[in-house]
Amino acid sequence: MRDVYVIGVGMTRFGELWEVSFKDLFVEAALAALDDAATDRLDAMYVGCMSSGLFVGQEHIGALLADYLGRNPIPATRVETACASAGAAIRLAYMEVAAGTSEVVLAGGVEKMTDGADVTAALATAADQEYEVYHGVTFPGLYALMARAHMHRYGTTREQLAQVAVKNHRHGALNPKAQFPFEITVEQVLASSMVADPLRLLDCSPVTDGAAALILASAEVAGQAQNHPPVLVIASAQATSTIALHNRPVITRLDAVQRAAEAAYKQAGITPDEVDVTEVHDCFTIAELCVMEALGYARPGEAAALVEAGETRIGGRMPINTSGGLKAKGHPVGASGAAQIVEITQQLRGEAGDRQVEGARIGLAQNMGGTGASCTVHILRAVS
Amino acid sequence: MKSPQYTREIPQRYRLEAQKCTRCGKIHFPPRLICSACHSRELEAITLPRQGKVLTWTVIHVPPANFSLEAPYIIAIVELEGGARLTCQVVDCDPDELAVDAPVELVFRRIKEDSPADIIQYGYKAVLRRG
Repeated sequence: MRDVYVIGVGMTRFGELWEVSFKDLFVEAALAALDDAATDRLDAMYVGCMSSGLFVGQEHIGALLADYLGRNPIPATRVETACASAGAAIRLAYMEVAAGTSEVVLAGGVEKMTDGADVTAALATAADQEYEVYHGVTFPGLYALMARAHMHRYGTTREQLAQVAVKNHRHGALNPKAQFPFEITVEQVLASSMVADPLRLLDCSPVTDGAAALILASAEVAGQAQNHPPVLVIASAQATSTIALHNRPVITRLDAVQRAAEAAYKQAGITPDEVDVTEVHDCFTIAELCVMEALGYARPGEAAALVEAGETRIGGRMPINTSGGLKAKGHPVGASGAAQIVEITQQLRGEAGDRQVEGARIGLAQNMGGTGASCTVHILRAVS
Repeated sequence: MKSPQYTREIPQRYRLEAQKCTRCGKIHFPPRLICSACHSRELEAITLPRQGKVLTWTVIHVPPANFSLEAPYIIAIVELEGGARLTCQVVDCDPDELAVDAPVELVFRRIKEDSPADIIQYGYKAVLRRG
C-alpha cells in the first residue's frame, strides 16, 4: 500500500442556500479543492450523499457531478452510508490511491436539504424503517433514548449536554463558513423548545445545504504541491453496528465508533492521547459525549466532565470540533464527513486562523451514520 | 404504506413471532436468515413473551408527519423477558410514571394511518403493569 496525502480541500458556505442548486453546491466545493491543490488532474471521484433521491429527486449523481465538473469520462461513484457517506467516500478514494490504481482522486460529499422535502422522513430512513420508524420514533428521539440512558447510568446532567452546544457555537463563531457563526448560552439551550425529551432544539444539529471536497494524491503528486504543505493520511477505518439502537448491548456505547477507532489507532501506530485536534459527529449534544467515550478520550460516563472543565475548547487539552461541529457549522448530512477533514487539514497546515490549535501535528475525524450503525475514523498527520 | 410491505410484517407486529438460534440460543426479532452471533442458519420459530421492562424512554414533541395528531407521545426501548428488545410507544400513562426498569406489557394497538385512504396500521405498544 502506498502513502496517501491530502493536497487540496474546499467547501461551500454551510446554510440555507436557496439560490444554489444541488449540483452547483458540489461543483463549487470541488473547484475550490482543485484550486487549493493547484492541480487540474483528476483520475476518479467518489461523492458521499445520503439522500439526493428524497431531498431533490435525483439519483445517479456520480455521473451527473462528473459531467458538471467537466470531468467525463473519469469513473465517478456515489457512496451512501447515511450521515457517514462522505467518510466512506474518503475511505474508498484513499484505498484507490493507496492501491496504486489512481494518482489523484477527489472525495467529497454534498446534501441539499432545504428544497422542500420532508426532512424528518428522509433522515429517518437511516434508522430501521420497520422496527423503529414505524412506531413514530424520530432521529432526535433515538438520540434522546441514548441521552436518558446516559443520564441514568452515569449521572450526566441536562446542563452538561447544553455545554457541548455552547462550546461548539463558541468555535463556530470563529468560522465564516458556519451556518450559525454566533455564540449561545446554557440558558438559551435550556429555554429552547423541546424536540424529544430530554433533547431540545439547541441540542440538535440543523438542516443544512452544503458540500465539501478533498483531493487525495500519491506521494509523487504530493511532492509537486506548490500551495500548501501536504498532509499525510495515517489511518482510514470503518465499522458497523446494529441498525436498530435497541439491539446494542449497551445503549450508550457506540460500538462501531469504538471498533473503527481501535483499527485507526492501530494503523496509525498512535494512542488517543497523541491526537492534537479532533472533529466528531455531534449530530446531537449527547452524540459528542458518547463519541468521546467510544474514541477512548474519556472513560464511559466521564466525557461530560471534560467538556465542563473546558478541556475540549480551543486552548484546552483536547480541542474538539474547532470548526463549530455539526451543531454550529451545519450538517448537510452527506457532506459533513468531508467538511470535518477540511477543518483537520487546515489545522495541520497551520491555516486555521482564529481557530488554530497551536502546534497541531495529528488530527482525527470521526463521522457516523444513523445512531452510529456506520462509522468512519480518519487520522491525518502534518509532514512539514 | 404499500400492502405487500405491510402484510409481510404482520406475524411480527400482531403476534410477536421471533426466532431462537438452535446453536447458540440468541433470540432474533424480527426473524432473519442467519444468526448474527454464531452464523448458524438453523433458527427455530418462537413467540416472544409480552412482559418486559423499560430500558430508556423519550417523549416525542416534534413528530413525523404521519404522527402529527399524536404528539406528545412516549417512545421506549423495552427489554422483554428472555432478553429480546424492541422500540415502541408506551401509552395510557403519564411520562412522570415512567422509570428505568418500569414493568410493562405489550398490547395490540392501532399505530397509524399514513393518509385517510391508506391501510390502517397496527402493531404492539407497551402499557405499564400496575400492581
